[in-house]
Amino acid sequence: MSSDAVLLEALDVTRTYRLGRDVQVPALRGVSFQVERGDHVAIVGSSGSGKSTLLNLLGALDRPTSGEVRYDGRDVRTMSDAELAELRNRRIGFVFQSFQLLPRLSAVDNVVLPLVYRPGGRRERRERAIAALTAVGLEDRLDHKPTELSGGQQQRVAIARALVTEPSLVLADEPTGNLDTRTGDEVMTLLEELHSERGTALVVITHEAAIAGRATHCIELRDGLIVGDNGGGA
Amino acid sequence: MNLRETLRVALSALVANRLRSALTTLGVLIGVMSVVLLVAIGQGARTEVTGAIEGLGSNLLFVLPGDGEFGAAPTRSQFTLEDVEELERELPGAERRVAGSVVGGEPIQAEGERVTTTISGVSAGYLDVVVREVARGQSFAESDVAVGRRVALLGAGIADRLFPGQDPIGRTVTIGSIRFRVVGVLEQVGGTAFGPDRDRDVYVPVTAAQRLFATQRLDAIFVRATSTATVEEDRQVVEQVLERRLEPDSFSVLSQDDIIGVVGDILQILTLVLAAIAGISLLVGGVGVSNIMLVSVSERTREIGLRKALGARTTDITRQFLLEAMVLTGLGGAVGLAAGIGLAELVALFAPIPAEVTLWSVLLALGVSVGVGLVFGVLPARRAGRLDPVEALRRD
Ligand SMILES: Nc1ncnc2c1ncn2[C@@H]1O[C@H](COP(=O)(O)OP(=O)(O)O)[C@@H](O)[C@H]1O
Ligand SMILES: [Mg+2]
Repeated sequence: MSSDAVLLEALDVTRTYRLGRDVQVPALRGVSFQVERGDHVAIVGSSGSGKSTLLNLLGALDRPTSGEVRYDGRDVRTMSDAELAELRNRRIGFVFQSFQLLPRLSAVDNVVLPLVYRPGGRRERRERAIAALTAVGLEDRLDHKPTELSGGQQQRVAIARALVTEPSLVLADEPTGNLDTRTGDEVMTLLEELHSERGTALVVITHEAAIAGRATHCIELRDGLIVGDNGGGA
Repeated sequence: MNLRETLRVALSALVANRLRSALTTLGVLIGVMSVVLLVAIGQGARTEVTGAIEGLGSNLLFVLPGDGEFGAAPTRSQFTLEDVEELERELPGAERRVAGSVVGGEPIQAEGERVTTTISGVSAGYLDVVVREVARGQSFAESDVAVGRRVALLGAGIADRLFPGQDPIGRTVTIGSIRFRVVGVLEQVGGTAFGPDRDRDVYVPVTAAQRLFATQRLDAIFVRATSTATVEEDRQVVEQVLERRLEPDSFSVLSQDDIIGVVGDILQILTLVLAAIAGISLLVGGVGVSNIMLVSVSERTREIGLRKALGARTTDITRQFLLEAMVLTGLGGAVGLAAGIGLAELVALFAPIPAEVTLWSVLLALGVSVGVGLVFGVLPARRAGRLDPVEALRRD
C-alpha cells in the first residue's frame, strides 16, 4: 500500500455532476493513481475528458462521488471544512489557467493572500511574498496591480502565490493556456525549475506534448477514464 | 484569519466601493439619527414638563373631578365652596391650606386692548396655597371673596399687555361684560415650554367668577400640606371628608408625585413610540445593508472561491462578510449619532425644549446599528461562506 514516498493517492475515484433532477454527467468514472513526493506528473486528454475535475479533487477543492483521495493515507472525504482548508493552505499550491489574481490588490498583496490564513505577522508575510516574487523574477513589480502586468507576469505572480506557502504539491490547470507560446514556455520552464529546485511535486494539465514529455509520469484521460499511464502509479 | 486582518480586508472592500458603501450607510445613519433626535426631544419634553409641575410646590394636593383614570369621560365637578370650608375645618393647622378655583376663558379688555385669557376665580387663600407672590398692589381679602367684589389680580405678562408702560393698580378692566378694578400685579414666574403661560393668568374672587360663569361649582380644590412628610396624612383626611359629602368616584386626590408619575409615564411612552417609529427607518436601513451585501457576495464570488482554494475556512469567509456589514452599519450608527446629537442641540437652540441626549439612547443607537449589521449581514455572509470553491472559481 502507500509507502512514505506516496504523497497523494487516488483510489477508484468517480465524480458525477448532477444537472437538474435527472441529468447526470459522469466526469470521472473510476480513476486510480499515485503522486509521490517530488513527482512531476502531466495530465493530458481532450477537452471535456475530466482533467480539471480530477485536479480539483486532488486539490481538495471538491469531494469525489465515490472512491478515495488520500493525503498521507487520510481520505479527504473524512475531513472537516477546517481540515480541508488547512490541507489546501499548507500542502497545496494552485496555478490556474486564468491566473485568478485579485484585481484590487498589488502583486505583493496577491502573493500574501494564502499567508493570511495562517498565523504570523504582517512584516514576515510581506517579506516572504517579496522573496517569492523575487524567485519568479518580479522583484521590480511588487506594487503593480494585475492590470499593470503582462499575462506572463500575472502568471508568475500566481506561481509566486502558489509557492509562498512552501507546499508539497503544486497543481496547475493549463497554466500556459492563456499565454502565447514563448511566454508559455518561459512560465513552464519557471514552474519546472522551481519544482526541481525545491522538490515540490508538480501536477500539470497540458495540451502540449513537449510539456507532457518532460514529466516523469504522464496520465492520459478519455471520457473520465485513464487510458494511458506511463510509469509509476497504481 | 485573525480579527485585525479580517477588518483590514473588510475595510478595503468597503473603500473599493466608496459611493455604494456611503449610500448604504446612509440608510442606517438616518435611522440612528432619528432615534437619537426623537428620544432627545422626548426626554427633554419630559424633563421640562415634570420640572414645570415640580415648580408648583411639592406639598400640594390636587382635588380634581373624576376617578382619576385616564381615558375616562370628563366628569362635571361637584365641588362647592362649602367643601373648601369643610376641608379647612378638618385639616389641622393655623394658616390657610385649602383653596378652590373655578376657571374659564373670557376676553379681558382695558382701554383699546382686548385679549382672551384664562380667568381663575379663586378663594382667598389661593395665592398662599400655590405659593405665588404679589409684586405690586395687594391680593384681595377674605371680605372681597365673601361679597364677590369685582377686583382682579393680573399676571405680570397680561398686565404689561393691557397697560404697557403704565401702572395698572386702580385701573379698570372689563372681563366678559363686567368691570373689575385691578388691585395687584403678580410676580413674574417665567414661561415653560409646555402648559399655559402662567404670567397670562387673571385672578378674581371665586364668588365673582361663579357669577361671571353662572355656576355654583368649583373646578378644582388645592390643599397644601404643612410638610412633604404629611402629604399622605392630609390626602387621607381630604378623601374622608369628600367621601362623606360627594358621590363616590366623583373626585380624585392627586399629589404632585402622582401627577409627575402619570405625566412622566405618558411622555415616556410617547418617547418610546417616537423611538420605535424611528427604529423602523433603522430596520429599512438594515434591509438595504442586507441587499448590498448580497450584491457584494455575488460580485465577489470568484474572490471567495479563490480565498477558499488558498486556505480560507467557511468561517473565515462568513466572518469577513459579517464584519463588513457591521462596519457599514456601525459607521452609519456613529455618524448618525453625531448628527442626531447635533440636530437635538440645534432644536434646543430654537425651541424651548432642552435636548437631552441620554446615555442609554447613545448606547442603544450604537448597539442596535452594529446589531442590525449582524442580523442583516448573516444571510449574505452565510451565502458567501457556503459557496462551493470550484463553482465559484468557474464564475466569470
Ligand atoms: N460543475 C459542473 N457541472 C456539470 N458538469 C460539469 C461541471 N464541471 C465539469 N463538467 C463536465 O464534466 C466533464 C469534464 O469536465 P472537465 O473536468 O472540466 O474537463 P477538462 O478539464 O478535461 O476539459 C465535461 O463534460 C464537463 O462538461
Ligand atoms: Mg479543464
